[in-house]
Amino acid sequence: MSKIDKNNGFYIPQLEKRRAKAKRFKYIAMSALIVSLAFLMFFLYDMFRQGIPAFKQTYVKIQVEITEENLENPYGFLDRDMISIVSRAWLRDLPNQAAANPEWLGTTQEFWALAGAESDQYMKGGENRLKDRVKDRIDELKESGDIRFQTNLIFFFTGDSKIPENAGFYSAIIGSILTMLVTMSLAVPIGIMTAIYLEEFAPDNKLTQFIEVNINNLAAIPSILFGLLGLAIFINFFGVPRSSALVGGMTLALMSLPIIIVSSKAALKSVPNTIRQAGFGLGLTRWQIVRDHVLPPAMPGMLTGSIIALAQAMGETAPLIIVGMIAFVPDAATNILSAATVMPAQIYTWSGMPEKAYIEKTAAGILVLLSVLITLNAVAIYLRKKYTKTW
Amino acid sequence: MSKKVDMKVDSNNFKGDMGDGEKKIKVSSKDLWLWYGEKEALQGVNLDIYEKKITAFIGPSGCGKSTYLRCLNRMNDLIDSVRIEGKVEIDGHDIYAPGVDEVAVRKRVGMVFQQPNPFPKSIYENVAYAPLMHDIVKKGSDCDELVENSLKGAGLWEEVKDMLKQPGTALSGGQQQRLCIARTIAVQPDVILMDEPTSALDPISTQIIERLMIELKERFTLIVVTHNMQQAARVADMTAFFHIGELVEYGETEQIFVNPQESRTEQYITGKFG
Ligand SMILES: Nc1ncnc2c1ncn2[C@@H]1O[C@H](COP(=O)(O)OP(=O)(O)OP(=O)(O)O)[C@@H](O)[C@H]1O
Ligand SMILES: [Mg+2]
Repeated sequence: MSKIDKNNGFYIPQLEKRRAKAKRFKYIAMSALIVSLAFLMFFLYDMFRQGIPAFKQTYVKIQVEITEENLENPYGFLDRDMISIVSRAWLRDLPNQAAANPEWLGTTQEFWALAGAESDQYMKGGENRLKDRVKDRIDELKESGDIRFQTNLIFFFTGDSKIPENAGFYSAIIGSILTMLVTMSLAVPIGIMTAIYLEEFAPDNKLTQFIEVNINNLAAIPSILFGLLGLAIFINFFGVPRSSALVGGMTLALMSLPIIIVSSKAALKSVPNTIRQAGFGLGLTRWQIVRDHVLPPAMPGMLTGSIIALAQAMGETAPLIIVGMIAFVPDAATNILSAATVMPAQIYTWSGMPEKAYIEKTAAGILVLLSVLITLNAVAIYLRKKYTKTW
Repeated sequence: MSKKVDMKVDSNNFKGDMGDGEKKIKVSSKDLWLWYGEKEALQGVNLDIYEKKITAFIGPSGCGKSTYLRCLNRMNDLIDSVRIEGKVEIDGHDIYAPGVDEVAVRKRVGMVFQQPNPFPKSIYENVAYAPLMHDIVKKGSDCDELVENSLKGAGLWEEVKDMLKQPGTALSGGQQQRLCIARTIAVQPDVILMDEPTSALDPISTQIIERLMIELKERFTLIVVTHNMQQAARVADMTAFFHIGELVEYGETEQIFVNPQESRTEQYITGKFG
């Protein structure tokens, strides 16, 4: 804009002040946005910086003569330095491997054995408590190409472990899936049905209004209270096993229900009333109208709401701690009654460990959880975009 | 509620003197009162509507035309605050009698609304849905035939016969309104109620629908609310003038427009109020 000419007949003195005010407001709003973006970027950067190394793991090449004696005492055939380098978990597992391959007996086998967490940290350039002697040995191995990084499949395919290099996210992933299945199969149908009843069938009286107000309030209750409720009702009263995906899923279902009801009601409300009128004018019953003319256009909205509620439940930790899902779970749950943990709970457990390997895995776990949540939200947005009809 | 106090017995009792005696009464309301909560909206309306005629309801905004129209197919039952007293008879049977299912009444008395409101479905499904639900036809060629005939009946067939799978909402406003009419006649009602069916349409579409109404009265009893005096004069056989919840005057359209008996009717028609 060029310099303002005060004599052109369009000059309003207050206008400059108003403009300045608008500009100031714009800058305040913009700086707020920049601050929140900066926080987000910093968080993501930090998680990637810490988490990415967890996706690779050090492996070391060793020769083992498979004999009865060596299998009985797996520490016996390694020299002092190698014992510090190779993971205890790997050595413990060697007899199992040999048992699975009886033809190995009497031969010498070459393995890429999992390295211990300290050696792994040394390889990644992090803090470690290795003796200098061992460090030199690792440098030598590096030179000869006998120690290297591989993709860390352990992280994705084993459960938690007290041996840091052997600890993985698998049981937490399975636990989250089982828990979410329970939550979804309870909260989504009950929530959507309730919303349909309240929005389409319930008479508009004091009782209905009372119920609706309370549902809205429930959506705002701190989630830990749902944990206490789950503990009191499901565990203490109905005797559902503690720490199980069933009790966790039911507790999270309690928490998701109000959110699903509120968003489904909004989706139903957004279907124009003229559609219902048209149906009544044709002598259709209320159920026919709702089933065939109101639900189809409301469905994307209801699904979106449900997915977002489930994503929220998936990131929830507090209520699950109360119903015991924070336990140390090395083996993935096989059914909804066995002890399980979930991703955020596993992250919480690891975050309390002092070892660098666990700190790394904490960040990696957060990255996995974040990508699942982002995927879920993307699916929700996609569904809404794809199926929303305008009329 | 001072029901009896200011009821004008004379002006509220019309039998619609038609001259020739072959007119059959299709719909008849007897002393029909209606309240929205505490608010009185209809004050004892007595009205006989004749079979296979077009009856127009005119009157200033808020006088209760739509309210009265909705009484004739029990659409007011959907509003929680409504209380109704009196009788509405169709072919001599009270539709408000205990044990009468309002859904069954609405199958006999169809309704077309001010805003075209096709279902968010295909043109075909818009027409076929209700007849299938009422078991009027089975899926298949019978149903196809009914859809075709209904669309022809609504004068829309030629325009949409190649796009039956397209969404009904993709049509123009006037076409949508004819689709709504097709959908209504597909259910094969006796009576069709139309609440300002052309007020959202352009003059050409309006003309098409007016012509359609005249065709439809061969088969149906039509009751039309309109704010358009010319429209009432053009299409209606009978006209009823409402004012503040009261039926002021009812008679043959020509008589109402040329020789109104009530001064309020005359003032309204000549544009002095409303
Ligand atoms: N759902 C409702 N709840 C309460 N009052 C209503 C309701 N519908 C209509 N009324 C009232 O009843 C009276 C009659 O309304 P109605 O809609 O029948 O008028 P109308 O003659 O159709 O007017 P218009 O020509 O503007 O459509 C009005 O005073 C209106 O405010
Ligand atoms: Mg009206």
